[in-house]
Amino acid sequence: MRISNSAKWVLGVITGVVLLFIYLPLLVVLANSFNANKNMVWPPPALTTDWWGKAFRSLGLWEAVATSIEVAVASTLIALVLGTLVAMALSRYKFFGRQVVSLLVVLPIALPGIVTGIALNNAFRTILGLQLTMGTVIVAHATFCVVTVYNNVMARLSRMNPNLQDASADLGAGLWTTFRLVTFPQLRSALFAGGLLAFGLSFDEIIVTTFTAGNGVVTLPIWIYNNMFRPGQAPVVNVVAVVLVLSSMIPIYFAQRVSAVQDA
Amino acid sequence: MAKKLGARSRPDTGLSSARLVSSYLFPRPKTRLALLLAAPVTWLVLIYIVALVALLVTAFWSVDSFTGEIHMTWSLDNLKQVFTQALYRTVTFRTVGIALLVTVIDLLVALPIAFFMAKIAKARSQRIMVILILMPLWASYLVKAYAWRSVLSHDGILQWLLQPFGLGTPGYGLAGIVITQAYIWLPYVILPIFAGLERVSNTLLEASSDLGAKSLTTIRLVVAPLLLPAIIAASIFSFSLTLGDYITVNIVGGPNQMLGNLVYTNVGAANNLPLASAIALVPVAIMFAYLALVRKTGALENL
Repeated sequence: MRISNSAKWVLGVITGVVLLFIYLPLLVVLANSFNANKNMVWPPPALTTDWWGKAFRSLGLWEAVATSIEVAVASTLIALVLGTLVAMALSRYKFFGRQVVSLLVVLPIALPGIVTGIALNNAFRTILGLQLTMGTVIVAHATFCVVTVYNNVMARLSRMNPNLQDASADLGAGLWTTFRLVTFPQLRSALFAGGLLAFGLSFDEIIVTTFTAGNGVVTLPIWIYNNMFRPGQAPVVNVVAVVLVLSSMIPIYFAQRVSAVQDA
Repeated sequence: MAKKLGARSRPDTGLSSARLVSSYLFPRPKTRLALLLAAPVTWLVLIYIVALVALLVTAFWSVDSFTGEIHMTWSLDNLKQVFTQALYRTVTFRTVGIALLVTVIDLLVALPIAFFMAKIAKARSQRIMVILILMPLWASYLVKAYAWRSVLSHDGILQWLLQPFGLGTPGYGLAGIVITQAYIWLPYVILPIFAGLERVSNTLLEASSDLGAKSLTTIRLVVAPLLLPAIIAASIFSFSLTLGDYITVNIVGGPNQMLGNLVYTNVGAANNLPLASAIALVPVAIMFAYLALVRKTGALENL
């Protein structure tokens, strides 16, 4: 297929316009974090760094960050274990109900968040009679994070040479030794990528979180959501937003490095 | 190396418990499979499937309007209410309409970009563009919705940009919801289509052109059929994610409600979990219908 130069130009211009459309709102948030007007009138009448100072002194904000990290780390660790186990089972064995198990893993993320949220809320409170705490949030997050680890490990295992494991067994290694010294080293970057995705998914989640968090449990997304409607606090939310966008570059940097290592 | 080998040969002589377990499990693949599956399947079934089934069951119960306690007696009242009352029908149609509109807009925007990235851009600029599109995918969902709250505001940049032309911002409302949702889920639609296009081999496109087909004919007869599963996979993301959303609605939707808002009010303020469950079954049913519809295309393997 020969694409005419004019068609290339049109497609290129569309791509440029859409990329602008993607970044413009984020740039507005960046500009508003320095906007001296607390109602964020555009164009900014004057610039200030007050909001940045206010954000760094906000105790509630830092507590929310700590809560979010705690939840994300715990649910990622659970997802890493469960996701690896399922992937190992499904990639090595053909058995009845294999499709059902893989559907089971995907379902919590495929169904709308509000369904997962209300189902777990109902199960925790009405059926189990539990109080909602940080623990319930971790359980909920781990449930929908399993799929990211599973996908990454599954893809890696399917490319792995099974003879290596047989060779290890022939050389007298037990199952655990083979996993530790043969399988695991090959899985490491897949586990890293899957864990990173799980962490990001959990750190950013708000819908399931609102339904499974107790009263005192404020994750960062919940803090942002509670504060964006308060006139005096909304400008501080801009600062948090800018920091979040900037810190989202870190996982991309790592993901690119991991894939570059794999390509090499 | 030699040291390592020596260290590892030691357990062979002793009968450590790990070795006993290993030699028991080695000839028993079924037991090994069961052990691998035990923890994850127990977790997912006990927590998630039981919760989903319970949700289904709760939809048939009722709440005492005085005490707020749940009566575990079977009745179809909640489902009847959801299916017959005008409020629920209006909100369901509105929600599905918004989800469809968002999906169509995202596909229309994503197709040319994905095509440019996959087939026209050079390797280096392609890598940069993938990163540029991935970046906002990682950026927080709330940040993106909040960004549009600022953009759409009556004091915001859109008003300022459009005023000279005699136009104004649509403000917070249905248009705001559609724009914001289309924006938030756009990267989720671009990436699967881009991956799908990369799998369409360039030699097929050249063969089609050598046989005399014009570009549009090639796109219609060669690219489109090969790309269809990826397009459907992408549409599942934007459709499902929009269907269950209620946060964006609260941020940029003004007084409008989607199904998610009705569920949320009934869990929280109204404290009517059975009715909330009944409403929540609507998006589940729609999603299952959608998945059943597209199952035959092989799109589900593309997720």
